[in-house]
Amino acid sequence: MKPTDIAAPDYFHKVVDCQWACPAHTPVPEYIRLIAQGRYSDAYMINWKSNVFPGILGRTCDRPCEPACRRGRVEENPVAICRLKRVAADFKDDIKQRLPRPAARNGKRVALVGGGPASLTVARDLAPLGYHCTVFDADPEAGGMMRTQIPKFRLPNSVIDEETGYILGLGVEFRGGHRIESMKALLAEKYDAIFVGSGAPRGRELDIPGRKEAAGNIHIGIEWLANVSFGHVDKIGKRVIVLGGGNTAMDCCRTARRLGGEKVTVVVRSGFEEMKASPWEKEDAIHEDIPILNYMVPVAFKHVAGKLIGVTFQHVKAEYDAKGRRNLVPSGDPDQTIPCDDVLVAVGQENAFPWIEQDCGIAFDKWHMPKVDPKTFVSTNPKVFFGGDAAFGPKNIIWAVAHGHDAALSIHKMLSGEDITERPLPEVQISSQKMGIHEWSYDNDISIDKRFKVPHRDKVIALKDVKTEVELGYDVKLALGEAHRCLNCDVQTVFSTSLCIECDACADICPMDCITFTDNGEESDLRTRLKAPSPHPDQDLYVSSDLKTGRVMVKDEDVCLHCGLCAERCPTGAWDMQKYFIEMTHAGSTCPTKSRSAA
Amino acid sequence: MTYIAKPKFHHPGLKKNELGYTHRDYEGKISTLCAGCGHDSITASIIEACYELSIEPHRVAKISGIGCSSKTPDYFLGNSHGFNSVHGRMPSVLTGANLANRDLIYLGVSGDGDSASIGFGQFAHSIRRGVNMTYIVENNGVYGLTKGQFSATADRGSKSKKGVTNTDNAIDLVAIALQLGATFVARSFSGDKDQLVPLIAAAIRHKGSSFIDVISPCIAFNNHAGSTKSFDYVREHNDAVNRLDVLVGRDPIAVDYAPGTVQVVEQHDGSKIALRKIDADYDPHDRLGAQTFLARHAAKGQIVTGLLYVDPDAEDLHAHLNTVETPLNTLEADTLCPGSAVLDKINASLR
Repeated sequence: MKPTDIAAPDYFHKVVDCQWACPAHTPVPEYIRLIAQGRYSDAYMINWKSNVFPGILGRTCDRPCEPACRRGRVEENPVAICRLKRVAADFKDDIKQRLPRPAARNGKRVALVGGGPASLTVARDLAPLGYHCTVFDADPEAGGMMRTQIPKFRLPNSVIDEETGYILGLGVEFRGGHRIESMKALLAEKYDAIFVGSGAPRGRELDIPGRKEAAGNIHIGIEWLANVSFGHVDKIGKRVIVLGGGNTAMDCCRTARRLGGEKVTVVVRSGFEEMKASPWEKEDAIHEDIPILNYMVPVAFKHVAGKLIGVTFQHVKAEYDAKGRRNLVPSGDPDQTIPCDDVLVAVGQENAFPWIEQDCGIAFDKWHMPKVDPKTFVSTNPKVFFGGDAAFGPKNIIWAVAHGHDAALSIHKMLSGEDITERPLPEVQISSQKMGIHEWSYDNDISIDKRFKVPHRDKVIALKDVKTEVELGYDVKLALGEAHRCLNCDVQTVFSTSLCIECDACADICPMDCITFTDNGEESDLRTRLKAPSPHPDQDLYVSSDLKTGRVMVKDEDVCLHCGLCAERCPTGAWDMQKYFIEMTHAGSTCPTKSRSAA
Repeated sequence: MTYIAKPKFHHPGLKKNELGYTHRDYEGKISTLCAGCGHDSITASIIEACYELSIEPHRVAKISGIGCSSKTPDYFLGNSHGFNSVHGRMPSVLTGANLANRDLIYLGVSGDGDSASIGFGQFAHSIRRGVNMTYIVENNGVYGLTKGQFSATADRGSKSKKGVTNTDNAIDLVAIALQLGATFVARSFSGDKDQLVPLIAAAIRHKGSSFIDVISPCIAFNNHAGSTKSFDYVREHNDAVNRLDVLVGRDPIAVDYAPGTVQVVEQHDGSKIALRKIDADYDPHDRLGAQTFLARHAAKGQIVTGLLYVDPDAEDLHAHLNTVETPLNTLEADTLCPGSAVLDKINASLR
């Protein structure tokens, strides 16, 4: 193998698994350390800069970081990164003074369609640069799906108000209750740029017999959740069936439990394991006495005199064809009818752009989605950008934020007369953490604690009110314990070939047998000759150039604890522990000296 | 020294030996020696050898004297018996323990000061008596704990860190061990675990006095230009006569080396050692030849390593003395003290 180029920004970034997995690339270990030090406001600001909604995401994020967390490969559970983010939000001081000031206007106007996370992120990035940002939303308040679709018992209004307020406070104009009905009309208003962050607002229908006849008791999940959110709906029948296996279905069933649903059942077509809902959301639903029945396909709504009485299901089983594709085929068991008073349909969401006319210069593909560049987020109309669910279909908040940052950067570059395909490199700082011979400026003593559970409100109380938040969040002590579980993967093991005397001290001390001194070879061959097995080829090997004996140092990054013992036991300082801080460059960064192509 | 304990986590894919232990289970406390000390590599090699042999840690007694080397038993086999004795007295403590209980595996760990100076006599007598043990000298040629004076194994003409030239002749412990009748004699280098680990494993398997001299560079006081115990010097002058693989048990040996390059040595307990010859003419069964070979190469400034001599049919001290097989601590009082009638009989036989 060739010696590893640690100067390439991606190499060490990838070692910070959580940050690499995060669509917004939030510097996770850095803010977790700040939480451990009790510097909650500092931790919050790192988040705020990167993911814009720490309090909201700390309760609702889909957490792509956690399955990636190195700790999950070392022991059973990853660090509770998401809930630590909430800790930063819960315990911070007033941070208003740290926010950017509304800037003097630069004369450029940007229209943002939809007031959800994608648009608000664009506004957050552009407003401090002097852009006049106008956010349009059909709902009276900002927040989009965060406000309408996520139940209040998971995300209280106060958190949404606070964090959307920080953005609107930057001089962003918000026009609530103003639905954009025509792209043509909007273009005619001569905005310098338009960003479409209108989400995937349409709940998918379930067109089976009885749908029309029993319509009064069949509700589309996200619409029903929005109605609950705005107080238009405050009760439901005692027996409720929720159709669908995603997070919306989990929100529906748990909301139904709080509005009078005594016997709430979730029914999914697929197997329980394949459900789209996050595991913890399923757990929370089951904890609230909601059974989840699987491999059952709804075939008809049963009704009598216009009133729903139940849903009939066909039992299916999974069969896999030669290509490994799964097909659901009837299992042969007789159909089953489950009696119910109401049905909530949460079988998916769709994009809908009836308001974009065909002659706006915005091309759509055969799936009726706008053609959007995945890096710059520009549509075929160079002044119109898309982001969030509106760009590539339903994802989640953190993806919307990531899109928003990239789109804002594109808009800023376009309006500055720059090439939007030239993307700035991330900002990187790397510095030794050595304080003394065996002292480091980070806590390298590895905690062996198991993941701490987040305290929940008592179920009896929680189920009484749809607005009572269920999760109480970590207290300071639990947060400290959980923060200590972080392995500080951003404190990198940096190797200097010229200093190494091949004494083996690092290989001997390494608790995870990460380090091997051996003859060089092809990667596939090298991986078989390491001290410990190398089961994750997606985890890089760090390879030195040739040492004095002709061998090379090979470090499998996979399960390194970043405990620094290799560096402590190294007599010559060939190993050093260096903190690698990497931040994505957002719109308006002052020093985009280097760049990489987005093409 | 390191302030933190070595993290308990280990690689999730670590292999386990026959007892279900990983090599991490054979560790002791974290080392307090200087960073990069060769002794730590010997520690790691002992751990690896015991893991590979699936030795039950409680079947091992590790005994040492005084010095950097003699601290190391604290860093391996944390669940074994241990005795940190007086300076240079490890061999007699070990001999005594061995006589009292022959069921344990005896690991004597010493250094060049402990064995070639203050304990030179003790070393000699334990070897000549044929105590069943593995005697490891962690040889760095320098008094590290007292800041770098020459030890008795420092080569004549080598330079100290301060630039002083050694004018005394060196004691070659391997040569002495051969001369005194050790039945397993080897030399290795802390920076070459591929060679050292099988040597330690084979020595543990050997019934009789096994002696391994391990050159172990002292990072703090003896790893400079002019030293003959530095990493660079040893790597440049290492003349390995053979490499070996320990083959435990009586399984047929799968050898894929060219014919004539492998020599299989079967030990007392049926375990086998496969020796890969590097020097085709070297015969590890020829004590006299080994002594000559060693002397000839030492004169050329070469450090001969590998398994230098082995007597597969060796006997140990217990066989010489015809002692009881049962450990003394499990003998009942009436066996240990058979009464005055038996004493009278013995006395009468001596009159």
